[in-house]
Order: sequence, then C-alpha cells, then structure tokens
Amino acid sequence: MTWTAILVSAAGCYLLKLIGLSVPQRLLEHPVAARVAGVLPVALLAALAAVQTFTDGTRLVVDARLAGVAAAVVTLLLRAPFLVVVAAAAATAALVRLAA
Amino acid sequence: MTEPASWPDLRVRILRTSLSVGVATGAYGLSFGALATAADLTVAQTCALSVLLFSGGSQFALVGVLGGGDSALSGSASAVLLGTRNMLYGARLAPLLRQSGIRRLVGAQLVIDESTAVALASESHGERAGRLGFWATGLAVFVLWNLATLVGAIAGQAIGDPRDLGLDAAVPAAFLALLAPRLRGRPVWLTALLGAAVAVAMVPVVPAGVPVLVAAMVAVVAGLTRRVEAP
Repeated sequence: MTWTAILVSAAGCYLLKLIGLSVPQRLLEHPVAARVAGVLPVALLAALAAVQTFTDGTRLVVDARLAGVAAAVVTLLLRAPFLVVVAAAAATAALVRLAA
Repeated sequence: MTEPASWPDLRVRILRTSLSVGVATGAYGLSFGALATAADLTVAQTCALSVLLFSGGSQFALVGVLGGGDSALSGSASAVLLGTRNMLYGARLAPLLRQSGIRRLVGAQLVIDESTAVALASESHGERAGRLGFWATGLAVFVLWNLATLVGAIAGQAIGDPRDLGLDAAVPAAFLALLAPRLRGRPVWLTALLGAAVAVAMVPVVPAGVPVLVAAMVAVVAGLTRRVEAP
C-alpha cells in the first residue's frame, strides 16, 4: 500500500511538471500571458520567502528565522553578495536559537 | 545580480548561487529521511520518494499522512495537489528552457521551487544565464537532497536538526536575495507585498503548498489588470 502511494504520487507530480513544460508556446506568447509571466517571479519569490519565514506546516509562527531574515535584509541593503546574505541569515538564526 | 558582467563572471556567480541554494535545501533531506523512517517507511521507500517524487513539500505531506495513519490515497491526493505549483513553474519556464525530447523529460523532474527561483532571477542576464540557473540549481538540489535523504534515513534520529545551524532561515533568505534586484518601482513592490501577504494569510486555511499557488494568482490578476513593467 505504501509503495502504491509512493508510485501514484510520484507519477502524478511528474506529470504535472511535464504538462507545465509542454504548454504550447503560442499560448505563452499571448500579450496577457507575457505580462503575467513578467509579474509571476516577483509574486512567487515574495510568497516563498514569506511562507518559509513565518510558517511551520499550516501554522503561523515567529521564531529565530525572522531574526535570520532580518539579517538578510540588512546585508541586502548593504549590497552584500548572495552567499554573504544567506550565511548571515543562517548564522543569525543559529545564534538566536543558541541564546534562547 | 544587477551590474552587467562578462559570461565567465556571471557563470561563476550563478553556479555559486545554485550551490548554496542546493546546500541549504539539500540539508533538509536529512530531516526528511529521518522523518520518513520514523513514520515506518523503509529506507528504500524513503529514497524512492526523494528520487521519484523530488518535491519537498509533496514528500513531507505524503509521509505526514502515511505516518498519521490516514489512508494512503489521501496522502497521494495531497502530494499531487501540492505538486500543482510545479506545473505553473513549468509553464513559466518553458519559453526559457525550450526543451524537447529527452531533455524535457529529464528537465521536468527538476522543476521545483528552488530551480525555478534561480532560473527566473538569472533570466534578467539573458536566456543562457536563466538556463544555467535552472540546470545547476536543479541538479545541485537533486544530488544533495537525495544524498541527505539516504543519510537521514539510515542515521535516523541520531543526526542533529538542520535548524540548529540556522539552515531554515537560509532558505527564505535565499529567496529574498533572488527577489531583491527586481524590486524597482511601485507596481513591483505592490505585487511582492501582496503576494507575500496573501500567501501568509492563506497558510492556516489551506494545505501547505497551496498558499504559494494562491499568491501566483495575485500575479495573474496584476498581469491582467494593470500594465506592470516586466522587471
């Protein structure tokens, strides 16, 4: 039963990915689709960042991650490179947890 | 990633980004491996999920349902529901990747949050950069996620929690760093704030993974109702 669930889920998720990649180009060249495609990354990245900062499963939580992300914002404002931003976030969250 | 750069410089920068996203995300494979075996999956079943399903949210959801004793079918249903956002990512990536045949079949498996995020962030430096971001991130996460799953499944509860290293903060920070260069002008800021607010507001109401999908709808509405400059 577990194997069935694994294989069914895997097949379903793979098909969804493949269908997405196989959407006809004509459809995506439509001006409305092009406009949506331009805005989509902003909404997605913002949503992913927010969800990963404030949630645990289906619960809203505020924990050390917020301090880490705040450190990321500071380093971003200082125009630090990507790796520094990510490392600052991880180090800050780890230190806050250690202190708590 | 704002100032213009030569291709070798750009390539190094994208590869570095891909690898750090891969490390931060891959580390969660440890948690997944430990959690799955704790939910009575065998090591083979746990690893099969990471190779075949390869979508963190869906994997955690399936294992959560199986471990909770609910029916396997409802577990599959929530896993696939969570996977619908990858379909959206695929459609957005298709004109960038322009894959066919075997490359599309392989590339499809790598369509996940992280590879999409890096591809779309790199795309502003040209299609070549966007494609490199997709493949490098997708492969880095795939390899590290699967290795970590195996280690987590075998070592189980013996290994530490990635949260002790703050890696759970590294992931949103990476998404934020990818977003930052795009935040120019009021319409873009509005879209970002609205997307984030809507997603967070949906979290307690809908299954995990769906909030991001709802946030994407914000982008669709924004694209339909106003002329927002593609950043």
